[in-house]
Amino acid sequence: MDLRKFVAPALAALLLAGTMALAGCSAEEPASEAEPTAEGAAEELEGSITVQGSDTLLNVATAWSESFMDENPGVDISVQGGGSGTGIAALINGTVDFANASRGIKDEEIAEAEGKGMDIVEHSVAIDGIAVVVNPANGVSDLSLDELGQIFRGEITNWKDVGGIDAEIVLLSRDSSSGTYEFFKEAVVGEDFEYAASAKLLPSNQAIADEVTANEAGIGYIGLGYLTSDVKIVAVDGVEASVETAADGTYPISRYLYMYSDGEPQGVMAAYLDWILGAEGQQLVEDEGFVPLP
Amino acid sequence: MRTPPSDGARRLGRTTTRRAAEAVARAIIHVCGWLAIVILAAIAIFLAWNSVRAFGEAGLGTMLSETAWYPTSDPGKFGMLPLILGSLFVTGVALAVSVPVGVAAAVFISEFSGPGVKDVMKSIIEFMAAVPSVVYGLIGVAVVIPLVKDVFALNSGMTALTGGIVLGVMSLPTVISISEDALHAVPFDLRQGSAALGNTRWQTTFKVTVPAAGSGIFAAVMLGLGRAIGETMAVLMLTGNAAVMPTTVLESVRTMTGTIAAEMGEVVQGGLHYSVLFAVGLVLFAITFTINLAADLVLERQRKRWRR
Repeated sequence: MDLRKFVAPALAALLLAGTMALAGCSAEEPASEAEPTAEGAAEELEGSITVQGSDTLLNVATAWSESFMDENPGVDISVQGGGSGTGIAALINGTVDFANASRGIKDEEIAEAEGKGMDIVEHSVAIDGIAVVVNPANGVSDLSLDELGQIFRGEITNWKDVGGIDAEIVLLSRDSSSGTYEFFKEAVVGEDFEYAASAKLLPSNQAIADEVTANEAGIGYIGLGYLTSDVKIVAVDGVEASVETAADGTYPISRYLYMYSDGEPQGVMAAYLDWILGAEGQQLVEDEGFVPLP
Repeated sequence: MRTPPSDGARRLGRTTTRRAAEAVARAIIHVCGWLAIVILAAIAIFLAWNSVRAFGEAGLGTMLSETAWYPTSDPGKFGMLPLILGSLFVTGVALAVSVPVGVAAAVFISEFSGPGVKDVMKSIIEFMAAVPSVVYGLIGVAVVIPLVKDVFALNSGMTALTGGIVLGVMSLPTVISISEDALHAVPFDLRQGSAALGNTRWQTTFKVTVPAAGSGIFAAVMLGLGRAIGETMAVLMLTGNAAVMPTTVLESVRTMTGTIAAEMGEVVQGGLHYSVLFAVGLVLFAITFTINLAADLVLERQRKRWRR
């Protein structure tokens, strides 16, 4: 075995990993400087904010930070994804100022934060409507919440049982740890039931949209922000998923998206959160395909 | 006889410096050698340490024998068996692809190609190893998923077969280059001796060279297997990740690596689910460690055989 062949790439990989680790460290350093010095001077905001968490919220969180930094050149905001759990863990470890989450904080996490003397505060920042989608060639265009539950529990397995063609239903779900998976389970499958074991668990909204586009027997659920013209939305209980129906509450499958902080935000953090909840921030929510808060 | 004492002293001085340099180099190399072992041990201890809660609350026996994987339910169900089987199914398909193609390619490169062709082939194979796995995954999504769906008339192309085919292609560079090394290491005398007895080139290759390199080729297969079972990104994109107990390779499977990658980001850090994912990692580590150890032992046997 020629060792040189393996040593060179291994060294390169180590070097790369080292560089990335360094970059990661330096990105987290400003977290401690989050407390702003500017008092009452709304025009001259200064400071830095670090945000980490949900990949669902990543696009809109990035859009917020870019617009806010454009308006306030003295403010430096860094946004990272990684998942709701990662974000909340980072908040509890004190390495970030805000955690983005597409699920509510869990009791275990609250207990851990309280153990460290933290007081985690929840802020609803947007609404996400979850659309049920099928292939455009599928004749089914309306399902009741009950039928959807039976489909995703694996009790209805053929499209002909809900008015479609004679073909086996291919269930497409988000991965079991995604906030969307848990929310859809609560809202559709039922708390005390499980998804059918045969449901394919795909790693992203995009992967579900792609598979539904390619597979005539597929059914899946994706966030409103990821809808494309290549998939067909199925109305639930007669209501079609849209920004309007999710905002007025008539569409049954929608949820809040959150940001968490340690205590009520102060100074530059409070200014940022207020801006997100204000007209400009909520406009970006809508631009990114989510639903603004009512 | 000019000035032997001073000449000798100078030579002695130079030797001393050289000896000191050698000692330093040797010490550095020793530390590096031990470092690898320390890192490996640290990984094992780290995985085991983080799995303690899973062993205590979910139980190793339960995790290894139960068939339901619903980690986010309340209470969570942590049956790892579908994941282990999923990994084995995908890896089995990968081997079925990479072993025949890889060994045949190695035989061609080592025994039948001219020096020019050989160099080109070897660079191409090294390039194959450098393509990121997510790129293989994308190609699989665009090409292999629809192909498998159509060829086998399935309702979905996301199957163990799909993932296995792509993984097989991905582990080809490992299988080819190590098999080729093994064939190359077979002493030239053996080939000449075979030719002297009147064997043709084909007969020499398949009756003498390949059997002589057998244990090295076996080691190549084992390392290819290790590569396939540990791969994550491509299988996550291609196998559909349904945690069912698979009965054929035409079903969707969820692998151990895919599970860790998909779930680690969202879990409560330090929670039971988190710990169970480390336990999955520990099982995977144990499997790949055993495979690599077996491959090393076999390679060692081959080296001893040709040492003279």
